[in-house]
Amino acid sequence: MTALPAKTDMKLGLVIDLDTCVGCHGCVTACKGWNTQNYGAPLSDQDAYGADPSGTFLNRVFSYEAQQEGCASQTVHMPRSCLHCEDAPCVTVCPTGASYKREEDGIVLVDEDRCIGCGLCAWSCPYGARELDREAGIMKKCTLCVDRIYNENLPEEDRVPACVRTCPSGARHFGDLGDPESDVSKLVADRGGFDLMPDLGTKPVNKYLPPRPKDQLDTTPLNTVADEPKGFLGWLDKALDKL
Amino acid sequence: MHPAPSVIIFTTFSGLGFGLLAWMGLGIPDVGGMTLFAFFVIAYVLAAGGLLASTFHLGNKKNAIYAFSQWRTSWLSREGVAAVATLLLFGLVALARIFLGAEMAFSGAIGSVFALITVFTTSMIYTQLKTISRWNQPLTPILFLLHAIGGGALLAGEAKIAGVLLAALAVVMWLHWQQGDARAAKRGTLGDATGLGHLGEVRMFESGHTARNYVLDEMVYRVGRKHAQKLRLIALGLAAVLPAAILLLTPAGHVTAFIALALHIAGAIIGRWLFFAEAEHVVGLYYGK
Repeated sequence: MTALPAKTDMKLGLVIDLDTCVGCHGCVTACKGWNTQNYGAPLSDQDAYGADPSGTFLNRVFSYEAQQEGCASQTVHMPRSCLHCEDAPCVTVCPTGASYKREEDGIVLVDEDRCIGCGLCAWSCPYGARELDREAGIMKKCTLCVDRIYNENLPEEDRVPACVRTCPSGARHFGDLGDPESDVSKLVADRGGFDLMPDLGTKPVNKYLPPRPKDQLDTTPLNTVADEPKGFLGWLDKALDKL
Repeated sequence: MHPAPSVIIFTTFSGLGFGLLAWMGLGIPDVGGMTLFAFFVIAYVLAAGGLLASTFHLGNKKNAIYAFSQWRTSWLSREGVAAVATLLLFGLVALARIFLGAEMAFSGAIGSVFALITVFTTSMIYTQLKTISRWNQPLTPILFLLHAIGGGALLAGEAKIAGVLLAALAVVMWLHWQQGDARAAKRGTLGDATGLGHLGEVRMFESGHTARNYVLDEMVYRVGRKHAQKLRLIALGLAAVLPAAILLLTPAGHVTAFIALALHIAGAIIGRWLFFAEAEHVVGLYYGK
C-alpha cells in the first residue's frame, strides 16, 4: 500500500551545508556512478555525445547568487536530491504501490517491478527530485544508497551514501534525523538547519544548513575614471568622429 | 506542464464519454433498439478510447494491472477502478436494455452516479497537486464535471439542457482562470524556494545541468503562457459561449446540434491543452522560471 507509515523507527537523511559546498558536482558524479552500476535500472543517458544530450540524475547542484541592495553578491551552491519527506506526496499519489516509504528507516523508494512510469509522483514533488528514466521508462530517485548503508561487504567508512563519501569539502552529512542525540541532529540544531518549501507541508527529512553570515568589505564599486577622453585621446576621439 | 497529447485526448474524450453515459443511465435519450446500441457504441468508444489513450504516455505499460491496487490513497488508482466499474455496469445495462427491452432504471441511475464519480476522480488527479497551485482549487472538479455533463447532454441530443450547462461552463471556465491566476501569482520567488531570501535577492547563477532533463521537459513547459490570453478567449468561445448561444437561441435540430458539438469539442481540446500548458509547477522556481 502506498499509505505512509504512521511513524518510522529512524529518519535517515542528509544534512547539506550550504556554507561549505563549493559546487564541484563531485556528489552528482559519484551518485550517477554508484546508482548506474548497482541497485535497480541504470541511470541512462540519451544522445550523450550528440547535439542534444540529456540523462537521468538523482542529484543535481544548482548555483545561486544572493545580493543585498548595494552589497557584494554571495554565491551559494545548492545540491538537490530527494528529501525523503515524512509526508511524501509522491508516495500517496502512486496508483500502483511502487512508490513507498520504509517504516524502518523512512527511506522513500520505488519498486521498479511495479512502477508504470506514469510520472504523477514527479508532478507531486515540489523539489524536482524524481526523474523518469527515458530508457527504462521507470521513475528514478535517490535511494539514500540503501545498497551501501547496510552493506556489510563494504568497509565501514563506505557505508554512507556515495555523495556523502565523495564530498571533498565535507558539506554532506548522513545520519538519523529522528534521533535528537545524533551528530546530524546536533548539527542541525547548532546551525539552524532549515527545510525547503516548508509551507507545502511535505516535512522533509533532509535539512540544509544556511550559509554563515559574511562580513562586507567597506568598499564601493570602482568608479569610471575616463568618461570623457582628454589630451591626445580627446584629439583622437574628435579626429575619428570627423572621419 | 507538458501538454501530452495522450492526456489531452484522455481527459477530453473520456470525459465526454462518461458524461454521455451519465445521461444514458437516466434513460436520456429515450430511444431503444439499434439507435440505443449506436449511442452506447459512441459512449464506449469515447470513454474507453480515452482511457486507452491515457496509457500511451506510460513508460512501463506491462505493470499497468497494479494501477487498480492503491485506491485507498491514490486518485489515479481510484480513477481506474471507477472507470472500469462504470464501464462494466453499463455493459449490463446496455445488454438488458437493447436485447431484453428492460428499463434498468435503478441500475442505470447507479451507473450515472458511477460515471460522475469517474469524472470527479479524473479531476482530482490534478486538483490534489499542491505543487501546481493553478489546479489545486475547488473549481477544478466543477470544471471537469461541467465539461462532461454539458458535452454529454449535447451528445445525448438534449439541446436546451446542454445550452444551459454550457453557459454555466463558460462562467466556471472564466472563474477558474481568474482564481488560477491569483493562485499562481502567489507561487513565491526563488528566494522562498531556496530558503535563501534572507540573504537578499536570489538569482540563478548556474543551473544544475546545461542540457534539458525530465523535470524541465515535463514541468517547466512555458510555451503555453505566451498566448494564454488569446487561447483562453478562443477556448471559451468555442467550448462554451458559441455552442450555448446556438443551442439556446436557435430552434433545436440536428444541424445546429452538430455545429454546436463540433465547436464544443474543438474548444474543449484547446482549453484542455491550455489547462496543462499554462500550469506553473513550483519546481520552476528553482530554475528561476
